[in-house]
Amino acid sequence: MKSSVIIFPGSNCDRDMDVALKKFGFENQMVWHNDAEIPKSDLIVLPGGFSYGDYLRCGSIAGKSRIIKSVIDFANSGGLVLGICNGFQILTETGLLPGILQQNKYLNFICKNVFVKIKNKENKYFKKIKKEVLELHIAHNEGNYFCSKNELKSIEDNGQIAVTYCDHKGNDDDKNNPNGALKNIAGIFNKDKNILGMMPHPERMIDPFLSGEDGSLFFENLIESL
Amino acid sequence: MKVKVIVTLKNGVLDPQGKAIQQTLNGMTFDNVSEVRQGKYFDIEVNESDENKAKSQVEEMCKKLLANLVIEDYKIL
Repeated sequence: MKSSVIIFPGSNCDRDMDVALKKFGFENQMVWHNDAEIPKSDLIVLPGGFSYGDYLRCGSIAGKSRIIKSVIDFANSGGLVLGICNGFQILTETGLLPGILQQNKYLNFICKNVFVKIKNKENKYFKKIKKEVLELHIAHNEGNYFCSKNELKSIEDNGQIAVTYCDHKGNDDDKNNPNGALKNIAGIFNKDKNILGMMPHPERMIDPFLSGEDGSLFFENLIESL
Repeated sequence: MKVKVIVTLKNGVLDPQGKAIQQTLNGMTFDNVSEVRQGKYFDIEVNESDENKAKSQVEEMCKKLLANLVIEDYKIL
């Protein structure tokens, strides 16, 4: 399986993602934001970081970069596109995913492990994961998911909520909301479930000695589902 | 010509920075400040002498990049 990780000026999780994808069997290639074409891929990843220094709004400048047209074409033809953290912000700014990631409610940069509850397994990203709750890492200043009431209804009706912040038992209530995100949303799909944007970093949880292994479950499922 | 744009958060959208500024002002004895909403201001130099054309171009810029219409409104001055 071939994957492509797009590098923007200011991306800083691109190499971690490269290591993770290769560890679980992807043949990964790195693609520069100013390229016009993406090489043949089964999966495109927009990595975390601070593309263009978060100027204007997080992800807004990257969302207009040269490579993005190919990403949009790939996504619209049903290709799998995964955006992590800043990648999620870029996906909302391109309009591939609804809503926006606003500044965290309490104005703090959050860097810690959290638990997320998988809300929908009828898709390639979570299909074969047996656990209901994953421990993953977040590190962001703008992760406070927001959308209009109508959009939220449509997201809920279409099963587009992918993961929500929760405790280790899966309680996704206000007490377990780190950043003020609407409905504790940590990640969403597009209607067809081929695009996933999420704030938590699975690529940081692939080593039992350093962090944890719930990220491994995510990548193992991904390579098996493709 | 120069076109000026102000981008503000829509009513009802949380503005934590505005809130922090308000609380700081209150702490500095400006205790009659009940709300602050923070926005962005742009000075855009467009090589176009026709004012209407320039402004309609800037309107496109607002919709496509300068404002995110999910949470922001724009005003061309």
